Amino acid sequence: MPSPYIPIFIFAVLAAAFPAVTLILFKLIRPDMRAVGAKLKPYECGVPPEGGARGRYSVRFYIVAILFVIFDVETIFLFPWAVQYSVLGLYGLVTMFVFLGILVIGYVWLYNKGALEWV
Amino acid sequence: MDALVNFFRPHLLPLVYAVVIVALLPLLAGYIVLLERKIMADMQVRLGPMRVGPHGLLQPIADAVKLLIKEDIIPEGADVLIFWLAPLLSVTAAMLAMAALPFGPAFQIADLNIGLLFILGISSMGIFGIVLGGWASNSHYSLLGALRSAAQLVSYETAAGMAVVSGLLLAGTLSTRRIVELQAQQGVWYAFLAPVGFFVYLVASIAETNRAPFDLPEAESELVAGYMTEYSGFRWALYFLAEYTNMVVVGAIAATLFLGGWLRPFSGTRALDFLDYAPSLLMFLLGGYCFYRVPKQPVRVQGGVLAAVGLLCLALAGVLGAVLIPPLADTKAAVHGGFWFLLKVFLYIYVFMWLRFTFPRYRFDQLMRLGWHFLIPVAIVNVMGIGVALVLHWQWHWGLAPALVVTTVATLLVAAFLARVGERRQKPLVGET
Repeated sequence: MPSPYIPIFIFAVLAAAFPAVTLILFKLIRPDMRAVGAKLKPYECGVPPEGGARGRYSVRFYIVAILFVIFDVETIFLFPWAVQYSVLGLYGLVTMFVFLGILVIGYVWLYNKGALEWV
Repeated sequence: MDALVNFFRPHLLPLVYAVVIVALLPLLAGYIVLLERKIMADMQVRLGPMRVGPHGLLQPIADAVKLLIKEDIIPEGADVLIFWLAPLLSVTAAMLAMAALPFGPAFQIADLNIGLLFILGISSMGIFGIVLGGWASNSHYSLLGALRSAAQLVSYETAAGMAVVSGLLLAGTLSTRRIVELQAQQGVWYAFLAPVGFFVYLVASIAETNRAPFDLPEAESELVAGYMTEYSGFRWALYFLAEYTNMVVVGAIAATLFLGGWLRPFSGTRALDFLDYAPSLLMFLLGGYCFYRVPKQPVRVQGGVLAAVGLLCLALAGVLGAVLIPPLADTKAAVHGGFWFLLKVFLYIYVFMWLRFTFPRYRFDQLMRLGWHFLIPVAIVNVMGIGVALVLHWQWHWGLAPALVVTTVATLLVAAFLARVGERRQKPLVGET
C-alpha cells in the first residue's frame, strides 16, 4: 500500500517550482531595465509617501484575530465529531450541545459587549 | 536507480495528473478571466475583448506574454526576500489544495482519508502570502489591503468551516471520493439536504476569494489595488493566478460536498439516462457554432483559429460520445465524470461573476457585521439543526426528509430573528439620518 502522501509531496514540489522557475527564467529573458527615481517610490497617487508604512493600525484587527482563534478551534473540534457522529448518536448530540452552548453564551456576551461591531 | 524507479512506479498516474494540473491551471485561470470579461461585457451590453483572436479567444495568451516580459519593480524600502516569496507562497498554497480534489472517479492525485481537512488547511495558507506581500511592500495601501484581507478571510473562514461541517455530518467521512460516492448511493446531493449550509458556504467562499461584492482588500476606489499595489509584471500575475485558482478550489469543494461531484444530475434515475448524451451534444453544438461563425470573421487568420477551436470542440464531442458505445463503456465514468465536475465548478464560478456584476461593494463594517452577526451564528445553528435531524432519523426513526425540513425551517427562523436583531442594533453612521 503506497502512501497517498508521496504524490502530494511530488505535487507540492511541482507547484512550488512552477512559479519560481517561471519567475527566474523570464528574468533572464526579458530586457533588463533598472527602474530609477520616482518609479521606485511606493505608490500613493502621486503624492510623496509620508513616513514608513509599517506603523500602528487599528486594534480592531487584533480583536478579530483573537475571536478567529476561538471560533476556528471550535470548528476544528467539530470535524472529528462530525465524522464519528453516526457512531456517537444521541450521546454525541448532547455533548456537542454542551460544547456549542458554552461558546454560544460567550458569543452572546461578545455580541452585547459590542466586540463584534466594527465602528 | 532501480530503487528510485520502483519507488515512483505506483505513483506514475498521480504524477501525470500533477503535471497536467500544474501545466493547465494557468491556462484555465487565463480563460476564466476571459470568460469573466465576456460575461461582464454581455451583462453591460458591450462586446468585450474582440481583437486578439476571434472573439478575443487568444487574449489570455497575449496577456500572459505581456505580463511575463514586463518590467519588474521592487519598491524602495521593501523587504526584498519576503516581497519575492509572498506571491509564490500564495500560488503554491492555492495549487496544492487541488491535490485531494476528485475531478472524476479516476482523476485524483491522492484520495486522502482527511481530504477535505487537507484542502481547507492548505488553502487557508494562502493568506500568509497576502499578508506578507502587503507588509513587505512598504506602502500604506498594501498594508491596509493586507490587513483587511486577513480580517475578512479569518472572519469568513469560520463560517465556511461550519458550513462544511454541516455537509460532513451527512457524509460521515472526510475523504472527498467517499463523499461523492455516498451522494450517489443516497441518490441526493447534499445541497438539497443542507440548503442553509450550502448558502452559507456560497457567501463565505465569495468573501474568502476576495470577490465582489466582498472585494474590500482590493477595492480600486479606495485602496488602489490593496495588497498588490506595489506588485507588477509576473509577480502580480502570480497573485491573480492564486485568486482564480482559489475560485476553482472553492468551486470544487462546493461541487464535491454539496453538488454531487462528478455525478450526472439524476444519476440514479434510469428513465433519465438520455442525459448521458447531453455532454456530447453540447460540445457538438459549440463546435458547430464555431464553424458557423468562421465565414463571418473579418480576417482569414481569425477564421482559421476559430475553425481550430471548432475542431477541438468536435473532438471533445467525439470523445464524450464514443465512451457511450458499449466496448468503451468502462471509461465512460471517468470521461463524463470530468465533464460534469468541471461543468459544476464553472457554474459555481459563473454565480460568483453574476453576483459581482449585480451587487455594489460592501463597506468594511457591513462586511464584518454580515460575517460575525449573521453568517457565523446561522452556521452554528445549522450544524446543531442537522445534528438534531440525524438523531431524530436514527434514534426515533423519523424519515430523513421530514426531520431535515423541520430543522431547516427552525434554522431559517433563527436566521430571520438574527437579521431583525442586527438591523435594530445597527447604529446610524455620522451623516446618516
